[in-house]
Amino acid sequence: MTERTFMAGFGGQGIISLGMLWVYCAMKEGLEVTFFPFYGAEKRGGIARASVVVSSAEIASPLVTSPDSSIVMNEDSLPICEGVARTGSVMLINSSLVKSRPSRKDLCVVEVPCVELAEEIGDAKIANMVMMGALSAATGAVMLDHLESVLKSFFPETKHKFIPLNVRAIEAGQMAVAQKVSA
Amino acid sequence: MEVVYGHPKSLKPIQTKYCPGCGHGAIHRLIAEAVDELGVQDRAIIMNPVGCSIWADLYFDFDSVQVPHGRTPAGATGVKRMRPDHLVICYQGDGDLAAIGTAEIVHAANRGEKFTTIFVNNAIYGMTGGQMAPTTLVGQKATTAPHGRDPDGAGMGYPIRVSEMLATLGGTKYIARGSVDSAINVRKTKHYIKRAFEAQLRGIGFTMVEILSPCPTNWQMSPPQAADWVASDMIPFYRLGEIKNELVEGGGA
Amino acid sequence: MAEEKRLMKGNEAIGEAAIRAGCDAYFGYPITPQNELTAYMARYMLDSGRVFIQAESEIAAMSMVYGAAAAGGRAMTSSSSPGVSLKQEGISYACGADIPCVVVNVARAGPGLGGISPAQGDYFQSTRGGGHGDYYHIVLAPKSVQEAADLTYEAFGLAEKWRMPVMILADGLIGQMMEGVVLPAAVDPGARPDRPWCAGGRAGLAREANHVSSCILDPAGLEASVRARFERYERIAAERTRFEAVNVEKADLILVAYGTAARVCLGAIQAAAKEGLELGLFRPISLWPFPKDELARLAKAGKRFLTVEMSMGQMVEDVRLAVNGTVGGAVAAVDFFGRCGGVIPSEEEVLAEAKRIVDAMNASTAEPRSGSARR
Repeated sequence: MTERTFMAGFGGQGIISLGMLWVYCAMKEGLEVTFFPFYGAEKRGGIARASVVVSSAEIASPLVTSPDSSIVMNEDSLPICEGVARTGSVMLINSSLVKSRPSRKDLCVVEVPCVELAEEIGDAKIANMVMMGALSAATGAVMLDHLESVLKSFFPETKHKFIPLNVRAIEAGQMAVAQKVSA
Repeated sequence: MEVVYGHPKSLKPIQTKYCPGCGHGAIHRLIAEAVDELGVQDRAIIMNPVGCSIWADLYFDFDSVQVPHGRTPAGATGVKRMRPDHLVICYQGDGDLAAIGTAEIVHAANRGEKFTTIFVNNAIYGMTGGQMAPTTLVGQKATTAPHGRDPDGAGMGYPIRVSEMLATLGGTKYIARGSVDSAINVRKTKHYIKRAFEAQLRGIGFTMVEILSPCPTNWQMSPPQAADWVASDMIPFYRLGEIKNELVEGGGA
Repeated sequence: MAEEKRLMKGNEAIGEAAIRAGCDAYFGYPITPQNELTAYMARYMLDSGRVFIQAESEIAAMSMVYGAAAAGGRAMTSSSSPGVSLKQEGISYACGADIPCVVVNVARAGPGLGGISPAQGDYFQSTRGGGHGDYYHIVLAPKSVQEAADLTYEAFGLAEKWRMPVMILADGLIGQMMEGVVLPAAVDPGARPDRPWCAGGRAGLAREANHVSSCILDPAGLEASVRARFERYERIAAERTRFEAVNVEKADLILVAYGTAARVCLGAIQAAAKEGLELGLFRPISLWPFPKDELARLAKAGKRFLTVEMSMGQMVEDVRLAVNGTVGGAVAAVDFFGRCGGVIPSEEEVLAEAKRIVDAMNASTAEPRSGSARR
């Protein structure tokens, strides 16, 4: 199993922490991981992207140029993700902020209203955690089980009080995809 | 019978390659005497710079490290940080310290690196053959200032009073300027060197002794003329004495 | 027992490995994309009572390394390409004075200020003795965060054994990316080799004064010194040449790449395998000494090579030198594909280039071609 994910959004949406936590959880589940973030000053500034690979075998290129899954967190990122996505790959769209849809018909598009779901739980800032739950449910690459203990080892002690909130956000994302698939 | 004057133990009993009337020999001797008197020959390290005193490792009978031109204070920083209980002597000429190594001396001094810089100021480049130094006096001739140093007209700038400049930095604790042009100044200079070394061994901070030194060859003078020129031309511009002394509580210049 | 796997940035893993290798002193100057390494060292070196200095320049930082190592310490500096150019002065002196130390280059794209994206344009500078004079030093190129940690850890001992700077040539991707890493155990400080040549510590020893210097003004004396060093280089080449070979016996076409480019090539090889095409990978780990004998052996066995670099073609010259004259007296075919300026070649374009060469080989009209990105 190898899951190559391309994540894109703007600075402040938590793309970097999403990618980092995703590979951390994967590592705890015994997978090989690589996470390469990059942020540039191009186009209105604050672009945040990440190449993320999790695999049961040694990972070749850390650069995701033909993703198995892509995460579109804002409108600007859609054409970028659509341009690189592999045929038949999963595209998770943050439908709270992204109003356009890809013109390509060979992608498996899943809409996740990350911001609304996060606000329902209590904080719009954890929209990225909702998306991580969705990525888990849509790809099955990282199971995100034993979440609580994994988050405890990831976050410093001072942030532990936010763990239940993060767990609920991740579960809401998983649920949102499960409902879509069964619907 | 007590021996009151002899060859310092820390100086090898060989003749130096320095020119007749050059100040390096006398300065080497003062350093060696101070090292012997403090009993630290076996834990003294001299940083020998690029310049005439690149030969220093031939003459001093203690360990030495030779570094790139101007990087002497950076090299001394590395040595002293690894060997804080050693006496580290950073020997520099005016090209090494005041031109190519300006950044290194300013920042080592400002960090308060606990070594002692011996800054030999002869107002000329010696080893490369008499080019203008940052410390060359206005009007003084050099191969690269054939009509004399012209600060404004030819854009050669002014001689730099390094000691006064470094004295403004918080990390510097003791800065003195001596000279080896006369017996009395040699004695005073020895006193400054020993005071700086003692301060270093107590771990006080950055210490430096600038020493005005004759270079008869490149000044194109006889040794006596050169010594006289230090007194008549250099000392009026480069004031002798303790420029900064914060070695004791409340101590000052 | 091995430690638990940790998720770390390459830059941080290099720092932690250096600390565990017993690095006594670190000197650096900020430059992207290696800043995490300097910050990591600032935090952990000072806390453990070791030496950390943010120097006034890369030039000064390298001379501080020189001084600290000359005084017997395990010393290290790190930078990225423009800063490593500045360090070349001190590296040349360290090579001339036989001073062991570790220099890390988290390379970025040049020339000049260039960009901050990953590149491999510093190969020539690293492997040819980047400063003035006749010398080389060991250069190790990691492909992953794990290998960056392992090679850095090992570099200190290698530097001491062979009395020379050891350079870790990484790039911005290896420095910035996060991967799982199992860190080596901290070395026993008592297990270090003696440094009878170093400055300081003379008290109680009946030895002459030590003079650490690269200055030999007598031409015959300097020649003898350089020649002795080159004899040592021969021994290093015999003992320390390192490479990784993947599927090189089965494949007719072997991709030759190091560091990040090798990871991309591995991806291309895996993609090719899915299409039933056998490709090999030859990855030099020691860029100096370069694994030329093994490449020559493969050339003699009739292999062809495609060198892939994040530059306009630097290592390819070593590949060509290695296989030169090995195929019936003619130069074996060595193609090149590269991207530069901070652009990382994609698996897809490497695979396309490999297929083009394989097709040409099958058509028996294979000739190395030239194109905008080929040489």
